[in-house]
Amino acid sequence: MSADAQLLDLAAGAFLLAAVAILWRRDVRAQTAWLSLQGAALAAIAVILGADQAHPELYAVAAAVGLLRAVVLPALVRRAVTARAEDRESAPLINVGASLLAAVALVLLAYAVAQPLVRLEATTAARALPVGLAVVLIGLLILVTRRKALSQIVGFLLLDNGITAIAFLAAAGVPILVEFGVSFDLLLAVLVLRVLTARMRAVFGGSDLDEMRELHD
Amino acid sequence: MIAALLVSLIQVLIVLLGAPLLVGAMRQLRAVMEGRVGGGVLQPWRDLLKLLRKAPQRPEGTGAAFRLAPLLGVACCAVAAAAIPLVSTRTGLGAAADLIAAVALLTLSTAALALAGLDTATAFGGMGASREMTITALAEPAILTAVFALAAKVGSTNLPAIVATTLGHGARLASPATLLAAVALGVVVLAETGRLPVDNPATHLELTMVHEAVVLEYSGPDLALIELGAAMRLTVLLGLWSSLFAPWGVATSAGPTRLLLALAVFAGKTLALGALIAAAEVFMAKLRLFRVPELLAGSFLLAVLAVTASFFLA
Repeated sequence: MSADAQLLDLAAGAFLLAAVAILWRRDVRAQTAWLSLQGAALAAIAVILGADQAHPELYAVAAAVGLLRAVVLPALVRRAVTARAEDRESAPLINVGASLLAAVALVLLAYAVAQPLVRLEATTAARALPVGLAVVLIGLLILVTRRKALSQIVGFLLLDNGITAIAFLAAAGVPILVEFGVSFDLLLAVLVLRVLTARMRAVFGGSDLDEMRELHD
Repeated sequence: MIAALLVSLIQVLIVLLGAPLLVGAMRQLRAVMEGRVGGGVLQPWRDLLKLLRKAPQRPEGTGAAFRLAPLLGVACCAVAAAAIPLVSTRTGLGAAADLIAAVALLTLSTAALALAGLDTATAFGGMGASREMTITALAEPAILTAVFALAAKVGSTNLPAIVATTLGHGARLASPATLLAAVALGVVVLAETGRLPVDNPATHLELTMVHEAVVLEYSGPDLALIELGAAMRLTVLLGLWSSLFAPWGVATSAGPTRLLLALAVFAGKTLALGALIAAAEVFMAKLRLFRVPELLAGSFLLAVLAVTASFFLA
């Protein structure tokens, strides 16, 4: 295997490993550290694809993606964590051991479902495509099974990282304008969610979303 | 043929004689790091010789399970040491040196010890046996899946074949499948040998015991065999990990100079791994028992990722 293919495999592996680590850790601060690593792995995938397929605009996209997803967004989420212990996800809807086993099933599902896409091209990037789909499914799992608002934001960011990875691996990136538009939307979404979380904490004294399904006295 | 048998004999002897030295070195390193004087590297051997001189004592009501477990422990680890290519890939067991068989041998010794714990009919024995079997039952899928990930690349589960292939294609070690399998197998080795964060090897507090609770009723020569078996298990598992993921130094023939060099490298690698584990233990705390299934489920997930990576990414 060529050096580029091996590097791409390593970057895709680090990408998936970061998603698994986010599912495993309970502390939101540790999750943001792994999110930074995942953003760096995503930027690395873009750089390797740009070098491999001689698309120089992928370098600019990689720089923008790296800045946003490895630096800005994890910093925003970490700033939203206050010193109070209630931001540590203590009671997910399914416990961590069961969610790890569910992640096993999701990874296998992603590989099974993405086979028609993989068969379209015989490149390393196409073979690494199921990794992006697996991260999307793991992000959905986190979004659905965690109670605290900040954990759900982390799941949402994971979901978006996975979608971007699929875009890079399947089509060697999207046009630079679309990438900037999507990144700006994502930044806005995280900022709004942060303000919402702070408001929820100030008014209700906690951000456990399961408690907010109905009117209380 | 004779050379291969000699290689196996050398491997069994070095594991038998060197295992207490490894445990002594790990304990001495921990003592030095914690600011204590420590008993010295030869202390486990002194303990073993002292225990062998004592009169054998068995609790009333125990039967064959209690009597046979220490012997089975040492025997299984000795056979595993003969099979695994620790020093050279030309071991005496040849085609019978299967990775799944080696894993099964080590599990057999765990099961024998758990049965012995149940045989004593004490509360500690039963509690320790049930905890030990929970940990083993969760570690088995992880170890077998990691084995599968390694065997899928080579096309067979024959240990000398796997080690020889890894020696030949060194670049394979940097692939995601091998790295993930290394981490998964590392966590399983910590669980199977009863080291932190799964079980504290130095504890005497009942609530935190797993391995110690099972062997609480042993004394005299039986206890000496149990401790020797535990030390041999640690050496064999560390040797297995280093043969699979850091095989440099393993001889591919049976020439005497190559064997001597390979012996020295094996001793160095095992001591280095043991020192790493001992140093990390100084800074770690034991996981609460209900968190251990989480750790092992995570290691199972990493092993499954290794298998998917080896099938789909290569």
